[in-house]
Amino acid sequence: MRQLWRDFREGFIDQTPPFFAAMGLCPALAVTSAVVYGFSMGMAVLAVLLGSNIVVSLIRRWVPAEVRIPVYTVIIATLVTVVDLVLAGTVPAIHRTLGLFIPLIVVNCIILGRAEAFASKHGVTRSIADAFGYALGYTWALLLISAVREILGSGTILGLRVMPAGFVAWKIMLTPPGAFLAMGTIVSVINVIRNRSRSRSAAVKRAQPDTAVPEVA
Amino acid sequence: MTELVLLFVGSALVNNFILTRFLGICPFLGVTKELKSAAGMGAAVTFVLSLTSILVWLVHHLILVPLDLVFLQYAVYILIIAVLVQLLELFLRKTSRALYDAFGIYLALITTNCAIMGLALLIIAQEYTLAESLLFALGGGAGFSLAMCMMAGIRQELRFADVPVSVQGPALALLIAGIMSMTFMGFSGLVAM
Repeated sequence: MRQLWRDFREGFIDQTPPFFAAMGLCPALAVTSAVVYGFSMGMAVLAVLLGSNIVVSLIRRWVPAEVRIPVYTVIIATLVTVVDLVLAGTVPAIHRTLGLFIPLIVVNCIILGRAEAFASKHGVTRSIADAFGYALGYTWALLLISAVREILGSGTILGLRVMPAGFVAWKIMLTPPGAFLAMGTIVSVINVIRNRSRSRSAAVKRAQPDTAVPEVA
Repeated sequence: MTELVLLFVGSALVNNFILTRFLGICPFLGVTKELKSAAGMGAAVTFVLSLTSILVWLVHHLILVPLDLVFLQYAVYILIIAVLVQLLELFLRKTSRALYDAFGIYLALITTNCAIMGLALLIIAQEYTLAESLLFALGGGAGFSLAMCMMAGIRQELRFADVPVSVQGPALALLIAGIMSMTFMGFSGLVAM
């Protein structure tokens, strides 16, 4: 159980894409103009990643190492086709807005990266925990970016007005430059927080000097 | 003829692959620390884009559509791209050492570059003819290379600037990209797409 939590935590907190691992950047910029799109993209990635981690983990003993990448790619492309058709059938409006970026999950490095780095080496249960960790980590990242862009760009969140009536919406937040600027600012703020907590833990260490290894004069 | 020129300009400047369509952000942030590698990546991507556009167009219209297999398109496109990149790498290594040294190392990274897959999907979705697809790919490649080189040039100069620790690296690149994207918005209206 503790092992499963550790697998989940790695993607959810320690290596959250796209903030702490440079993966899945394109959709994070392209489909985050409103919270509902960011959330849908996160769920689409969850469905594909879960499926691909399970299948790759199940067949890991029978796939020869030389052809594993093409095999994984075909598995992922098949799953993406399924997700694409399901979305087109159930939520056509969202499917149209996400557009190109649903099929582009095929080349999203998170999916292939986890198949190669984790699912091909571990059992099904741990691979499921890993898929949930990375996909939900990616989802919270997308939710954060899209919340910032929707609140500033439209004054709403999930379509409900949250900003006071006098607030003039920053239209630029909904355009491509706004995506880059919002993302750049969020990454900088996260870095500030991280650096601060790191220097604090370093200060604690200085206050209680480690005497196990005596200093050599 | 004019239409083809407009298509080229449109895909290079107005709907720039990186700055407007958000395709190929990973190399844009990863391979732009030096002008030389950015140019190499740009050339490799342009080359693969044009070959992909021709191959994907032919396979889609001569094989998938007549056989009613369009639902397989994602799997087929990614396989075409993967095989193409792999063959290209072998071919360059055997025939042209200079070209291989110039952009062989970037080829391995290109399969998972969403600009290539994005182009394959776009030319089919927009129902371009073969000539239009090729021009669209060349324009996309030119725009991609332009954005890569601009970013690399700016980042090279930034080496001498005193940047706060928290903004260093990808964060600063994203902020610069935002400003570049804003300047590229000036091109909208140049061509009605």
